[in-house]
Amino acid sequence: MAKSCPECSSPVPVADSVLVSEIVECPDCNCELEVVARDPLMLAVAPEPEEDWGE
Amino acid sequence: MSGHRPLGMAASRIRREEKWLLAALERTGHPVVRIDTRASAMPGRDFPGPEAVVLNREIGSVGACYLAWSLEAAGVTVVNDAAATEVCADKWRTALALRSAGVPVPRTVLAPNVDAARAAIEEFGLPVVVKPARGSWGRRVAYLTDRHAAEAVLDHCAALPAPQARVLCVQEPIDKPGRDIRVFVIGGRAVGAMYRRSAGWRTNVSLGAQVSPCPLDEDLAKLAVRAAEATGAQIAGVDLIEGAAGERYVLEVNARAEFAGLTGACGLDVAGLIAEYLKARAAA
Repeated sequence: MAKSCPECSSPVPVADSVLVSEIVECPDCNCELEVVARDPLMLAVAPEPEEDWGE
Repeated sequence: MSGHRPLGMAASRIRREEKWLLAALERTGHPVVRIDTRASAMPGRDFPGPEAVVLNREIGSVGACYLAWSLEAAGVTVVNDAAATEVCADKWRTALALRSAGVPVPRTVLAPNVDAARAAIEEFGLPVVVKPARGSWGRRVAYLTDRHAAEAVLDHCAALPAPQARVLCVQEPIDKPGRDIRVFVIGGRAVGAMYRRSAGWRTNVSLGAQVSPCPLDEDLAKLAVRAAEATGAQIAGVDLIEGAAGERYVLEVNARAEFAGLTGACGLDVAGLIAEYLKARAAA
């Protein structure tokens, strides 16, 4: 599967096994993207880390 | 397969570790449930029944704590449990639990406000470490060597709007050899360890630290297991540092430990080991 990066419009190859909420990276602009839907595939810029994110 | 308790994973963000974990859970042959922690209020439509065993991989510590309590209230077995999740989310509560169990920690005090932090820094002397009681990935951790820097950091903290953000741990720095140690503990067993080295003072992998295998000697394993047990965490990334004479101190116990670095450094199937642990919990 491939979809355009919402930031730079470059094609982002995505594995068929991708999951909703999975984080992928645009190979061109390195923007972190989130899979917001699978069928059809939809990518959005991933949320910025919140203050309480971590281990 | 009929008769097997469902195994679950709760997460709002699926990164490498979460994807490996889901695949490992699928390989156990148990039904697998996924809970998206953003999708609904709690208890949610996708909450499993009380027969499930759920791994809490929620990335936000506030959401992770609420999720753990909500799942437990619904009768679900959650790993790590709610009490351990709360303790591990707070560096001061962790320090208290470790001290209570006789686990060596650097000298640390809690400053509930900036004025108390200023007084503590005066008492400790410089250099000193100041860090928020709640925080991860090295955020706002400061190694202070002079008064001007200390005042600038405290001024910044005082300006933060959230009261929690102004609660600080003031800690004696340990003269560590440019690295720290992460030990992964699962179900009371240390399964692997790695060194984290950095040119800077903070050795978080998220900040670019380099990882390499660390020999897991018996003393290191026992210390890490004691630290995890002190907080109640069944699955934990225990962070330790070494002093100048080789003595070890525990810095923190992470309840939602990342393990891509350890998997890469040691060739250890951490996701598989975690899945096997959940399977064993489901069989108990």
